[in-house]
Formats: sequence, C-alpha cells, structure tokens
Amino acid sequence: MSTPGDLAAQGPRPGQGVIHDLGYRHYDGPRLSRGHLTRALFLESAKGAYGLGRSARSKVMPMLLLAAMCLPALIIAVIAAVTEVDELPGGYTSYVLNVQLLAMIYVAGQAPASVSRDLRFRVMPLYFSRPLHRIDYVAAKYAAMTAAVFFLMALPLTIMFVGALLAKLPIDEQLPDYARSLTGALLVALVLAGISLVIAAVTPRRGLGVAAIIAVLAILAGVQASVQGIAVEQGERTVAGYAGLLSPFTLVDGIQHSLLGAETPLPEGPPGTIGALVFLGVTVLVVAACFGALVLRYRKVSI
Amino acid sequence: MALIRTDALTKRYSQVTAVSELSVEIEPGVVGLIGANGAGKSTLIKMILGLLPPTSGTATVLGMDIATDGAAIRGRVGYMPEHDCLPPDVSATEFVVHMARMSGLPRTVARERTADTLRHVGLHEERYRPIGGYSTGMKQRVKLAQALVHDPQLVLLDEPTNGLDPAGRDDMLGLIRRIGTAFGISVLVASHLLGELERVCDHVVVIDAGRLLRSSSTADVTAASPLIAVEVSERTDELATALRQAGLGVAQVGLLLEVDLQDDTTYDVVRDSVSRLGLGLIRMERRRHRMSELFATPTGATRVDAR
Repeated sequence: MSTPGDLAAQGPRPGQGVIHDLGYRHYDGPRLSRGHLTRALFLESAKGAYGLGRSARSKVMPMLLLAAMCLPALIIAVIAAVTEVDELPGGYTSYVLNVQLLAMIYVAGQAPASVSRDLRFRVMPLYFSRPLHRIDYVAAKYAAMTAAVFFLMALPLTIMFVGALLAKLPIDEQLPDYARSLTGALLVALVLAGISLVIAAVTPRRGLGVAAIIAVLAILAGVQASVQGIAVEQGERTVAGYAGLLSPFTLVDGIQHSLLGAETPLPEGPPGTIGALVFLGVTVLVVAACFGALVLRYRKVSI
Repeated sequence: MALIRTDALTKRYSQVTAVSELSVEIEPGVVGLIGANGAGKSTLIKMILGLLPPTSGTATVLGMDIATDGAAIRGRVGYMPEHDCLPPDVSATEFVVHMARMSGLPRTVARERTADTLRHVGLHEERYRPIGGYSTGMKQRVKLAQALVHDPQLVLLDEPTNGLDPAGRDDMLGLIRRIGTAFGISVLVASHLLGELERVCDHVVVIDAGRLLRSSSTADVTAASPLIAVEVSERTDELATALRQAGLGVAQVGLLLEVDLQDDTTYDVVRDSVSRLGLGLIRMERRRHRMSELFATPTGATRVDAR
C-alpha cells in the first residue's frame, strides 16, 4: 500500500496542505478498464443468480430448482448404468422441454432479483456515476442471466452424458445429441433471459415481476400447446408446425429438430426449410428485441 | 490546475433553462455549491460527471473534457446522490465492495479499501448487518463510503446532510471537512443550507436560476469585515449623502446603512453626522457579512461594489 514516499511522489493533491496521518491511505494501484468492470458485473450477477454472495435465504430457491432439474437426469443416468440398455431411457434434446416448468420458475425468481432491486432502490445512479456505460450494465446482466439459465439446463444434460459414458454406451452415438441439446439449451437460455429481464426491468416491484414472468411464460406455453393440439386435430399440419413459435421452449425445439436434426417430442415441427428459417429468424429477433428493449429501458433511468 | 472549469456552460430543457451561461473556475479544496432548490445544482453535477451533455458551452473536470472524457472523469470522481440509493438486503460491506469493484478496483483491493473507508466514515460492527436496518445517519455514511472507496480526486456530494438530526449533521460536516483536509480529496458539496457550507468550505459558488451569482472564498464572504450597520429614525438618504461627503464608503440595505469601518473615528463621524441632521439613532453596531446576505442582494451589486 501507499507509503509516505508514494504520497510525496504523487505530487500535490487537491486540497492538501499537509497530510495529517489519520490513517487515510491513497490508492495508486491499477484501475481496471470498462471491459473488466463489465466482466466483474457479469460474474457477480451470474453467481448471484444462484444466491452465491447473497444471503443464505436467497440460495434456497435456485439451489432447490437446480437439484430438481438434475434429479430426473440422475435417475436416467443411474438406470442406464445398472440396467444393460443400449440407449438412454430419455433423450437429451427433449429433456429441457420436459422440465420447462422448473426453468420458468427459476427465471421468474432470479431475473427480478438481478435487476429489479437496482431499479427499485435507485442504485442505478451509482453505477452510472462510474466508468461503466449503460449498455455495459445491460450486456453484463443479460449475459449473466443467460449463463445462469444455461448452467441450469447444461448440468442435467451433462449428468446424463456422463452417465451414458459410464454405462459404456458408444460415445459417437451420444455426443451428437448431447451437443445438439447444449446448443438448444443456450438458445433457450438467451430467449428466457431476455423475456424475463425485460419484464423484470419494467416492474421494479419484485413480487410483481415474479408473478408477471411466470404468467407470461405459462400463458405462452399454454397457448402454444392448445393451438398446436387443435391444429393437429383439424389436420392443419402447417399451422400446427408454426404453433411452436409461440413458446420459447417449443421455438428452440423447432430449431433443434429442423436445423440440428434432433428428434422432437412435439406432434409437428417447423414445416420445411422455410419453417426452419422462420424459427431461427424469430429466435434471433426475440433476443435482439429483448436486448434493444433493455437498452431503451435503461436509457430512460435518470441519475 | 483548476479542479473544475466551466465556460458558458448551458443546459436547456424544452421548457426551462437549468444552467445558463455558467462560467466559473474552481480551485481544489472544499467547495460549496449553494443554491435554492431548482437552482441548477443537480444539473450542474450531472454535467460535471459527464452524464448530461450540455446544450452549449464546455467544461473540464480534473483537466478532462466532460464532452469526451466522461468515463475517465467518472473513474476519478466519487458521487453521493441526494436520494436514497441503497438496497436494504445486503450489508454495507458487501455493497461497498461491489461498488468499489464497479469503480475498477481489483477484488482484494476492493475488500481492503472497503474496510478502511467504512472505518473512516464511522461505521463499525454494524457494517456486517443488512442496510435495511440502518438509521438515516448510518445510511448517509454508507452513501459517502461508496463515493470515497476508490480514492477519487474529487467527490461530489449532493445535499449530504439531508434528513439528519443536528448531531448527525455536525458529524457529517466534520467528516466532509476531514475529507478535504486529512484525506486530501477535493469536495464539491451542494446544499441549500448556507450556514452549513459556511462552516466547512474554503470556497463557495452561488448559483440562482442556473446563473452564477458569485464565486469567492469563504473567508472573503464571511470575514468579520470592518462594517457598521446604522439605522436611523428617518431621512436615511440624507445621512448616506452626508457620510459619503465625509469620505466614508456607504451602502444602503433596506432601512440600514452599512458603513465601512476605517478606524474608531468612523463611529464619531457617524454619531456627529446623525446629530447634525437631527435624526434619531436607533442602532449602530459592528457586524460581519454572512453568506445569507448573498441571497438578500441577488445581484451582489450593492454589497460587492461598495466594498
């Protein structure tokens, strides 16, 4: 730390007649750049999404949900290991779709925790009065929520993959689907994080944010399922295919199926190449729109 | 190097002009920014932070241009807002460490400096408890700590004594003075309470409706200036003329005449002039300027020119 010699070497500082030794030490070490700050905020927010570095109480929900997400994967892995099967009793690529409710509850809890607090208690001016730019804050928070949601889904997928390898299942059969499912998980994470952060950022009251996110995601999933169900019954296969656009999980499942070649548990996937491109386009559009909406939202926050 | 220099700095919103043609040069030290609510203090602070582009005019802070070096300025300046800005569910330590990191300090340094800074602002065991349970005084200290933790060259304090009781107010003012002297960090403290700034500032800048009224050292403003106030029963004008003829500097302020005190014979001259005119002398007293007079004579002309 600073010695008196360092202080003298700094030359005259503002307002200093004499330095009385009351123990105040100046700092002339490194100051990190904007990029480093953004990364630090990203890491802290991502860890915070699992309650790390926060109170014990805020660790309970994310950890429980993570455990619940992993439990089916663990069971699948154990079954594969003890019974001599030649393939896993559940697919990688449909896993996230099957546990989507848990992922919804997770983002509904964590997105408001990540951004609403800073808005509601007017912490934002403290960020803005620092070298960080507004867009850096948005980028760090978006990336952190995406990483947290991705981890929530990648961990059970990885447990299944490891279980399959331990059961001596051929790796060249397992790897492609595992990779597809991870890609899908990343896309789902981007879409979920975007939607939930936008909702959280416009509802500074945390409880409202939680309810609003759950409601929006559950309604989307419900509408998607009923539209697709009705369309299938009516024999409208194209409509049934495009119904997948309505919910984040089926949207990404459509991409997994049509562009990555995974099997789909849904009655109907995106119709043809055009359908595949539409699904991809909508995904990109949703992510871009969410990021843009966040940037606009934070531009309005006054200091 | 000037701490802050503004040149015809102007901020105009659609309806109002918040800061108008402000040109001022502020040297390092503890500087008071005085103005009534809505005088443009907060707008000026936001421009100094490089967060609000001026409509016209320029300004430099620590030698850096607010238009182009905003991020660099914000790296070396600390800001304590007027309003509440603390989340209730984290402890002071956790919060200040986080804010230190957001100012660019590496992790271990952020921890060390947080502990030091919280001690300097007078937060001890309670710093591990959630902020939600703090008193207003403790919260103000946390707000101050987050502005100081990265060892800025300048801290901007917006109404730091807001909501404090008299004892808390004294503590905060003492702390501000110490930041300027013992810590060697320049302070720009905005307030509408003149009495407070009188006590801690080396220099005061007075703005009203976005315009600069005055910029001068506190000593100049509040020195026990050689001045006597004279109040007579009637015909104040005639007395003023008579005293001027006798070679004294006179300024008329309401019913009072303020007469420059040259030496003890000034009292005699006043007494003699009053009796020669046959007036009733109601009051004759020695007085010193107070900052509050800055507002009593908004243009500053009468007072300043007379001296």
